[in-house]
Amino acid sequence: MRVVEPVVELARGLWTTLRMMLDKPVTIQYPEQKKPVKVRFRGRHVLMRYENGLEKCIGCALCAAACPADAIFVESSENTDEQRYSPGERYASTYEINMLRCIFCGFCEDACPTEAIVLGDQYELSFTDRRQSIYPKEMLIEPVLAGAMPTPQKTEPGVYTRSVPEMKDPQD
Amino acid sequence: MNFLLVLEWLIKGFVWALVLLGGFAYLTLYERKALARIQSRIGPNRAGPWGILQPIADAVKLIFKEELTPAKADKLIFTLAPVITVVPAVVITAVVPWGPSFDIFGYHLNLYIADINVGVLYIMSIASIAVYGIVLAGWSSNNKYAMMGGLRSSAQMISYEIALGLSFVSAILLAGSMRMLDIVNAQGGYWFHLIPKWFVLLQPVGTGIFLIATLAEVNRAPFDMPEAEQELTAGYHTEYSGMKFALLFMAEYTKMIAISAIGATLFFGGFNGPFVDKFPWLGPIYIFVKIIILLFGMIWVRATFPRIRYDRLMAFGWKVLLPLSLALVFITAVGIILAQQVNSQLIVVIPVASLLVAGVAVALIDRTLRRKDYARR
Repeated sequence: MRVVEPVVELARGLWTTLRMMLDKPVTIQYPEQKKPVKVRFRGRHVLMRYENGLEKCIGCALCAAACPADAIFVESSENTDEQRYSPGERYASTYEINMLRCIFCGFCEDACPTEAIVLGDQYELSFTDRRQSIYPKEMLIEPVLAGAMPTPQKTEPGVYTRSVPEMKDPQD
Repeated sequence: MNFLLVLEWLIKGFVWALVLLGGFAYLTLYERKALARIQSRIGPNRAGPWGILQPIADAVKLIFKEELTPAKADKLIFTLAPVITVVPAVVITAVVPWGPSFDIFGYHLNLYIADINVGVLYIMSIASIAVYGIVLAGWSSNNKYAMMGGLRSSAQMISYEIALGLSFVSAILLAGSMRMLDIVNAQGGYWFHLIPKWFVLLQPVGTGIFLIATLAEVNRAPFDMPEAEQELTAGYHTEYSGMKFALLFMAEYTKMIAISAIGATLFFGGFNGPFVDKFPWLGPIYIFVKIIILLFGMIWVRATFPRIRYDRLMAFGWKVLLPLSLALVFITAVGIILAQQVNSQLIVVIPVASLLVAGVAVALIDRTLRRKDYARR
């Protein structure tokens, strides 16, 4: 014979929900407040530059080869010392990523020999047209740092002969 | 019947209809806000300050949405069903008094629309009409889910209407009248100058049955079987869109307000409260506050309990609530006779015996749910 317990159990359920009203809301007012993304978050790609303003991308298209969704298209052209975009022989004259195809797996990042392509923290990717889903190089490339020269640069001959820089093991 | 009286009725009817319809709009906001707070969210806060304009945005959205009518639907009934559902929901509160009568500018003003001597009977009959709208909406849609929703809804509403009616009977017996005004006046005054003479204290179990049965009557969680999304998509309003859907939605929420107003009147003292005889304008405020609290109860229950299974719903209605409410009617009648014939203090018999019977009912439900029938074999 249980008379009080069933009623108490119901009341305990009601008390639990009522108590939750005193909780602080977890809502983040999104467009105004943004939560910082995690360190290893994979957002929109960014094409990096060296400190002197030269592009890291050498147009090798290894990222395009690694891409499981076939989202990346690279076309490379020859660098000259008068018009130098990146160290070494070649640079990416066309670099397009189709954001409708991209699955943000990060394989391009792993494949890149110069750490040129990095999946950044930008996640607000919206467009109203299929054509707008193709992000060209101008949208992806990092802006030139203060004090650095924009590309193409005019450089001394015989300085930038090596496409792939000497690198240490990546730290995270 | 003079012109002034007609004008008074027109104005009161118009104001009350506006209160109900505006109340419906803000009840949706209230529910969303309260549910959000229970779920550690904020709720709508974009349209206007604190989301105050959200109901208007919703209304504009619903008005401009395309209205679809299924090709093989019964067009006349399909159009008529939402109307049949809304009208009783708005009309039902006509007999609820919202304040005492008072003289204003030499004119005697009654704060109710209609004072019918069988007010409670009127409520019961109008409440039953609402079932037609729902079952017709389900049937005319020519959709099996809508049909099932409509059928479930009618079965559920008819089953729980009996318990609801019998819980009304205890209030009628205690007041000795079916007039809503008499019922409210019977709840005026205090015991020991402190405890209000509300029927919820005389008949707590009857009030409980009323509250449970109203949840089933207005198809609210945990008895929202007709709209069980997981099994019936959206129940009887599956095929409705645009303003027709808005009407069905409106009927549901207006019925919530109406049933809360009726509950406040029958069991929670209506417009009675401190100083209401000195300042009659306090009456509408008191009943408004009581309605808000009862509505919060409905929202709170929705946020807490999961939907119960259909067969258990019917079993609960017929095997528990019906006998229990019959027993309560008997106890109330006996208690009133004892109080009249022997000693007026014996009115205590009613709450004590009711609670005992309710205890037996709870024990029996508990035993039934523990029986091997429900255990997995």
